[in-house]
Amino acid sequence: MYVAVKGGEAAIDNAHRLLAEVRRGDPAVPDLTVAQIREQMALLVDRVMAEGSLNDPDLAALALKQARGDVVEAVFLVRAFRTTLPRFGASVPLETGRMTLSRRISATFKDLPGGQVLGPTFDYTHRLVDFGLAEGEQLEPAAEAEPREDAAATPRVTDLLGRDGLIEPSPQDDGTPLGDITREPVDFPCDRSTRLQALARGDEGFILALGYSTQRGYGRTHPFVGEVRVGTVAVEFVPEELGFPVLLGTMQVTECQMVNQFKGSREVPPQFTRGYGLVFGQSERKAMAMALVDRALRASELGEPLASPAQDQEFVLAHCDSLQATGFVEHLKLPHYVDFQAELELVRRMRAEAEDKREAAE
Amino acid sequence: MAVTDQGSQTQARRAVMALCAAATGQELATALAGLAAPGAEDIRAPEIGLVMATGRIGGDGRPFNLGEVSVTRAAVRLADGRTGFAYHLGRDRARARRAAILDALWQGEADRPGVEEALAPVARRAAADAAAQARRTAATRVDFLTLARGED
Amino acid sequence: MLRAGFRDPVHESQGVFRAVLDALARPGTIHAIPARLDPPAPLTPELAAIALALTDGDTPVWLDPALAAGHDVAAYLRFHTGAPTTADPARAAFALVREAERCPPLADFAAGTPAYPDTSTTLVLALDRIEAGPGLRLTGPGIRGAAELALAPLPPGWPAALRENHAGFPLGVDILLAAPGRLAGLPRSTAVEG
Repeated sequence: MYVAVKGGEAAIDNAHRLLAEVRRGDPAVPDLTVAQIREQMALLVDRVMAEGSLNDPDLAALALKQARGDVVEAVFLVRAFRTTLPRFGASVPLETGRMTLSRRISATFKDLPGGQVLGPTFDYTHRLVDFGLAEGEQLEPAAEAEPREDAAATPRVTDLLGRDGLIEPSPQDDGTPLGDITREPVDFPCDRSTRLQALARGDEGFILALGYSTQRGYGRTHPFVGEVRVGTVAVEFVPEELGFPVLLGTMQVTECQMVNQFKGSREVPPQFTRGYGLVFGQSERKAMAMALVDRALRASELGEPLASPAQDQEFVLAHCDSLQATGFVEHLKLPHYVDFQAELELVRRMRAEAEDKREAAE
Repeated sequence: MAVTDQGSQTQARRAVMALCAAATGQELATALAGLAAPGAEDIRAPEIGLVMATGRIGGDGRPFNLGEVSVTRAAVRLADGRTGFAYHLGRDRARARRAAILDALWQGEADRPGVEEALAPVARRAAADAAAQARRTAATRVDFLTLARGED
Repeated sequence: MLRAGFRDPVHESQGVFRAVLDALARPGTIHAIPARLDPPAPLTPELAAIALALTDGDTPVWLDPALAAGHDVAAYLRFHTGAPTTADPARAAFALVREAERCPPLADFAAGTPAYPDTSTTLVLALDRIEAGPGLRLTGPGIRGAAELALAPLPPGWPAALRENHAGFPLGVDILLAAPGRLAGLPRSTAVEG
């Protein structure tokens, strides 16, 4: 139970003024601009957009500045901002197959039609701290090469396997309306679309840990990375007054197709199953972990025993949101004086009763 | 035939609107400045809102909600009654309004070539950016070799 | 031809919202409603302002036959608010009634459910006249003692229908009354005699 407490107004105002000053840090150091954060802390901005569930790099960068770099606080600001805006509608589904790629790799096929491109990746770096960066080192310009002719035709790995019937097809669009976890509370069990929405905005650390747990045996799915691709996709929307799709612009996304252990039955020949991850910005870690957890959450659909946390819809979905989690954990610091007073009284009484009993026994 | 004309006209209009969506606010201001654009009335004041971006399970299956994108829209009417619309990612009201005016101007046959001409530099800049990006990506193309494991 | 909406959507919507809030919080009092719109006939500027301020893609709107005739009003509201229209009053979040003298029975609209009484319809009625004075006698939350309100035209079955609506509390519809430049509220919590 919460009981309102009064007072502290001046202290709160002063705490906020102090926060503003501390956020700014040493005034002798130049103030960060939003553009600097957007350009140079791009992966952090991407994370805030993914978990804030709002693609708007400038807004996410500003939120990070205001939040002193705290991701969850920045997510809170972004989520609060979005509640002030009207929704015009839903986009045409993104055509990730027509993505302008900046990176595309496969761990299953080395000779992929369209080829593999590494793009800007940390992979293969030596993870040695570059002290030159601290000195504001000059950059060597990126190398260039003529794109190969097939670079624009990049079928998904799952399409290649699908042609031979070696992998299950994607669930068909049967036209049933989409649930939306930002509008209606989630009922369990929920469908895969709803789960993917929750995972796409879920806390990266939590999803990563769950994905990892499936690799360590808690709901094993024998995954292979069919493909990870990063790039920009067109976002199209059909305004009612126009009746045809207009291009809103392009945005960066990361997609992961996980190819998982095969199964078969009397009706279905053995084939690979799939897990899917799609996330705003560039985050292979999040997209891959999401694909692992998506596949694990399909356990009951695929007739697998439900034994591990990553397979438990309610456990995963009810706990994957960083904002909900922080809200409930951090609310514990709000005044619980009356609650605690009651508990204190109870403990005192129980102790007194126990004391009385012991004395009576002696 | 009329239907086909209608269709190709819509395609052409979509292409111009897409070009405006790829343009910066400054590029649109420059394009408009060269067109002696008439005054425009807001039918619906430029407004910031959200569009739920949807993806597809597996890339090609049933849709799901990926997350929202911020969008600015504008709707204007020129003095002669032509209306124009714009929907853009981001929160730049002035930019969306300029694009809506360009869309309205494009509705008139007489203004069409002028609008397309004024936006040609944007098309060239966007194509050059895309080509440069593609060349930089192409330089990171990799051919992995599988080393024999000794079975054969 | 599409007509313009609010020139300053944020502040004009806020102004209307405030007037609606005050009208429902203090039943029987009459509030000025800023309505500088020029909507397609027969939609009144007041109904238009309330619709533009309160409805969106999540609020199905029911239009009375006078407003639903022709498509201008529906197209105008749809363009500015994104709200879908519904032919079923029981599914409406908002009902816009231009001809109050032909207003359907209140029981035709959504009364909400015991778990979610807020899922009821809010009726917005265009009237010719709203005056303080002998007519309906109102008592209940937000009213010190009693208030009196004279309305014209009075919808069929009122005030008995209002008494019935109140009797179902916490279920029931809430009603906004909008005459030129004036707004009053009759929430379900108000007891009506007259």
